[in-house]
Amino acid sequence: MFKWIHRFGSAPFVYRLAGWLSPWIGGACLLVLIAGLYLGLIVAPADYEQGESYRIIYVHVPAAILSMFVYLVMAIASAIFLIWRLKLADVIAQASAPIGASFTFLALVTGSLWGKPMWGTWWIWDGRLTSELLLLFLYFGYMALRGAIEHPQSAARAAAVLAVVGVINIPIIHYSVEWWSTLHQPSTITKSGGPSIHKSMAVPLFLMIFGFQLLYAYVLLIRIRIGILQREARTSWVAKLPEVNRV
Amino acid sequence: MNSDKPATGSPVPGSGESAGVESTTVGIVSLIGCIVRREWLVALRNPGQWVNPLLFFIVVVSLFPLGVGPSPSTLASIAPGVLWVSALLAVLLSLGALFDADYADGTLEQLVLSGQSLPLIVLAKVLVHWLLSGLPLLFVSPLLALLLNLPVHAIPVLMVSLFLGTLTLSFVGAIGAALTVGLNQAGVLLSLLVLPLSVPVLIFGSSAVVAAASGLGVAGQLLVLAALLLLALALAPLTAALALRIGVSGSS
Repeated sequence: MFKWIHRFGSAPFVYRLAGWLSPWIGGACLLVLIAGLYLGLIVAPADYEQGESYRIIYVHVPAAILSMFVYLVMAIASAIFLIWRLKLADVIAQASAPIGASFTFLALVTGSLWGKPMWGTWWIWDGRLTSELLLLFLYFGYMALRGAIEHPQSAARAAAVLAVVGVINIPIIHYSVEWWSTLHQPSTITKSGGPSIHKSMAVPLFLMIFGFQLLYAYVLLIRIRIGILQREARTSWVAKLPEVNRV
Repeated sequence: MNSDKPATGSPVPGSGESAGVESTTVGIVSLIGCIVRREWLVALRNPGQWVNPLLFFIVVVSLFPLGVGPSPSTLASIAPGVLWVSALLAVLLSLGALFDADYADGTLEQLVLSGQSLPLIVLAKVLVHWLLSGLPLLFVSPLLALLLNLPVHAIPVLMVSLFLGTLTLSFVGAIGAALTVGLNQAGVLLSLLVLPLSVPVLIFGSSAVVAAASGLGVAGQLLVLAALLLLALALAPLTAALALRIGVSGSS
């Protein structure tokens, strides 16, 4: 098992594998996103209550799901890095942080844009929006800590500790914020649809979620290659790479 | 004070886990006793460490009436939140220096290398720090509550919630202080790391006071605060000790 991990976790192998995979995943991502957007924005019917403005759900919900999914990936990778000192896990965690922060920011912006026609105001201290905001702060803290420590090895380990602490806290934060928001504004927001969403709307939604996951995988692969090059800049295998020598 | 740990003057810093160090491990009680006595003395000789957070708390709370206007009903409605946010900031700002002095003069490195249980050392340090900078906040909070026109019958709940909450925040903040040990702008970074994590304490702490002020039951909120404290008490010293090891190993 560990031999297998070390062979497939070696930097040159992962670098080549990521370079080979990324165009395929990028292409699949493009296809799925185009299909999802076409079905969601053009084919799916308008909502009975919200009219056309509900269509932002096809960006908002996938972004919100991915924002949490990416943090989870980051925390699991950080735990693996702390326990087994697997360098690749740290590369994945570091590469994921800005992507996750971008998804969180996108979820906040689309949530706010959606709030304007629905609630009549750009921002409401709704439980989910507030949780997303705090998640964004957690991402910022992770990146700030990483940037502040100069020694790369201890920056990686300190940031990994923070990511694990954060993932333990996320459920506590989420449920306390939910409790808080129901306490302060009883039942102003009842999300329409829920599990009883119609098929013509659910299919594009799932396509978009899948497309966003492919997008994450695509950007992650590119960033993993960059991360590996930065870490291994002085090794001989990097010096022999054709794309490095071309510059 | 240095006579408490004679074995730490190991001539070879890299061999911290050799058998010679193991044999000098002292009992838990005397270890905590040593740390507590040392921290207590250091703090007494450096009064700013515990006076400044207190002054900060008082000054910040007195700024709010100047900012939002002196209307008693407005002040009463924002009082729980203002008191809680100010106490939270006072605790976190004072925590920035929890390990800094020990880091600067090398004590921290010796503690890490001493072979004693680092989580216990962290636990003792945090407890002393809270006694000196958290507990005084509790005692001035009734005065500040009166300034903000909080109903008098809510003051006991305010004090209990601050007791549970500031202790939890001290433990959570210790993780942040350990992660940022030896960094240049540690104070701002510490707040950035710890403030999102302190949201549950803030929510349940201030809502307990709000509920008490309007005559509702507060057992639920206080029990949740106590649960958060137990969780922090169990996990934070271990995490902070791990972070300290990382911080110390990276600097040498």
